[in-house]
Amino acid sequence: MPLPPPSHDDVVHSESFLRLLMRRQLSLSLTCAVTFLGALLGLPLLNYFAPELMATRVGGFTLSWLVIGILFFPFVWIISFYFIKRSIALEEEEVAQAQSGKETR
Amino acid sequence: MLFPPFFAQFGNVDPWIFAFSFVTVAATIAMGFWSARQSKTASDFFVAGRSVSVGWNASAISGEYLSAASFMGVAGMVMSSGYDALWYPVCYACGYLFLLLFIAGPLRRFGAYTIPDFAEGRFDSPVFRKIAVCFVLFIGFFYTMPQMKGAGVTLAYIFPGMPYWAGVVLVGAVITMNVALGGMKGITLVQAFQYWAKMFAISVPVFVLMAVFGFYNQHVGANAAPGETAPRAEAVEIARKPLTEKAPKDNAWVAPFGPLTNKAVLAAAAARPEAERAAYLAEHQKPYSLLYTYSLIIALVCGTAGLPHILVRFYTNPDGVAAKRTTMWVMILIGVFYVFPPVFGVIGRNLMPELYSGVGAKGTDKVVLELPTLLAAKYGVLGSVLSGITCAGAFAAFMSTFSGLLVSMTGALAHDVYGRMLRPKSTSAQRMTAFKVAAILIGGIAILLGCFVEPLEINFMVGQAFAIAAASYFPLLFMSVWWRGMTMKGAATGMLTGGLCALMAAALTNFSTLALDKGPMGKIFAGFSPLNELWAQYPLLRILCEQPAIWTVPLAIILMIVVSKATKAQIPSDVRMKMLVLHAPEKLGLKQEYIQEHQAGAGH
Repeated sequence: MPLPPPSHDDVVHSESFLRLLMRRQLSLSLTCAVTFLGALLGLPLLNYFAPELMATRVGGFTLSWLVIGILFFPFVWIISFYFIKRSIALEEEEVAQAQSGKETR
Repeated sequence: MLFPPFFAQFGNVDPWIFAFSFVTVAATIAMGFWSARQSKTASDFFVAGRSVSVGWNASAISGEYLSAASFMGVAGMVMSSGYDALWYPVCYACGYLFLLLFIAGPLRRFGAYTIPDFAEGRFDSPVFRKIAVCFVLFIGFFYTMPQMKGAGVTLAYIFPGMPYWAGVVLVGAVITMNVALGGMKGITLVQAFQYWAKMFAISVPVFVLMAVFGFYNQHVGANAAPGETAPRAEAVEIARKPLTEKAPKDNAWVAPFGPLTNKAVLAAAAARPEAERAAYLAEHQKPYSLLYTYSLIIALVCGTAGLPHILVRFYTNPDGVAAKRTTMWVMILIGVFYVFPPVFGVIGRNLMPELYSGVGAKGTDKVVLELPTLLAAKYGVLGSVLSGITCAGAFAAFMSTFSGLLVSMTGALAHDVYGRMLRPKSTSAQRMTAFKVAAILIGGIAILLGCFVEPLEINFMVGQAFAIAAASYFPLLFMSVWWRGMTMKGAATGMLTGGLCALMAAALTNFSTLALDKGPMGKIFAGFSPLNELWAQYPLLRILCEQPAIWTVPLAIILMIVVSKATKAQIPSDVRMKMLVLHAPEKLGLKQEYIQEHQAGAGH
């Protein structure tokens, strides 16, 4: 039957450390995902409810064409750049926390 | 002429186009053979010895990812369907964000050769591995069909007299041999080189074409939106050719919810008495198109995060941080690329509308290849040279994706089915032989399937592969990484049900489309024509079959949750340790600890 390995009673193997780890990483991922999905799923809605606005011409393109044909790519790069910077910083913090936890025991 | 008499029978071949294509193929094969000598052990064969730098790996992933669908299919579909087809390039590129946010880092930390390895490791279940392996093959075959069509179309273009199937067989055989001899180490180098070849081949002709015939925005502007009068001020210099009968009208083409998404509703309206049509369309056309659009977006975004031949490459990163950096670079490399193919489609609509009348290999899917020849009238040989360059890019596209798919499908068969299920005690040499036999077997099946799909659009077929991945691997990976309550039974039920539903829906859609074909395929698949009558009655059903992701992805996730809750007692006992390995920074060294404990446990 499942027996949790008793030898690991330091911070790294504790339930609270894992919860903290997953919660922090997931909330960062979710923040980025909501920004991304908001824009991606919002566009068809705009096309549906505000067709005149989205058909506005911007130098030949319709606004809608300009957004998904060109502008959407840099938008996603910005989100991913932010995410990578934050998630690497998070990992550094976690390592520092885990190591200080080991020493105090 | 310079050519051997063998090629002479295929009509007048343009020497420039032939030369560029030939050099691409020869260089790819030479690199394959060269690197075959470099890779010696079985581990080298499977994931390139796990030592590939971020720059190389990002180029290689991009090179593998930019398939015939991206290079030829997107342009063809933008030409045939207009605005709605733009969702494909956007989601192909942005789907990587989902992979980055939720899957790339944890998966790399867990460390395994393939997705089936992950499936087995996460749930300690060899049975589950077998289920997971099936989907490598399902998704892989759906993905190889459009690559094979790309090969058939390109060869039929280069050698005007050559039948479609001959191109499929020739290219398929060449790549299969290359993979059987080269393996993955070669592929990393070749794929990275091919990304840059494709980027060059798509961008340079676009700039030349735009400089001569007018810019992207002017060409879009030449198409009048609803309520506008043509031509618009920006577009007066664009010398459009008259559209042919089969081409969609300007206002439907340039605006959202056009011919791609409202096809089913229009067919349903046509089947109704004339008096009801207008009212029926007013009620259903836009809502159904919106539903189609959302389902397509879900399939492409979630599907990118579940493609087996892409995921296997994350294991070639040295660590989780490198895996994230690689993903970032992949998004930049492919994002820049995807701005270009729609330009071909837009210019093609204005200047080469005769392609609308072509069917199969002679239709809009070849616009990328043929459009540069317009330059021949003004600049002579430049048109042929640029057309040769796009043909070379197309070769790079379907060759790299096909070989990448072949490697992961062959890996699944040789590494999982042979190495683990049939002959667990086989020697390294036996496994290498198994790899070669499996490569030839899978290559043969892919060629056979490729011969059937001439009437289907390249880009559409790739979208179907994404939909299957979205309903099978994506829920599996996403849920097992982030929810510790998952059990093997929950994961298997969800993945199997969602994935098989998507697979059936995609297959039915294709059979019914093939039944409409006027050529030989129409006769073979004639038995499925009643489906088209059914769909004319219930267009919603057709949309849900053509784009199944909107119901199959939630179905898979709900089943995973429900079944896992019901089989709670079977949650793996060391789930906390597994979660730590997935989520804790690699610097803490938990992976080694986990392996040691696992081996100690197995020894008892």
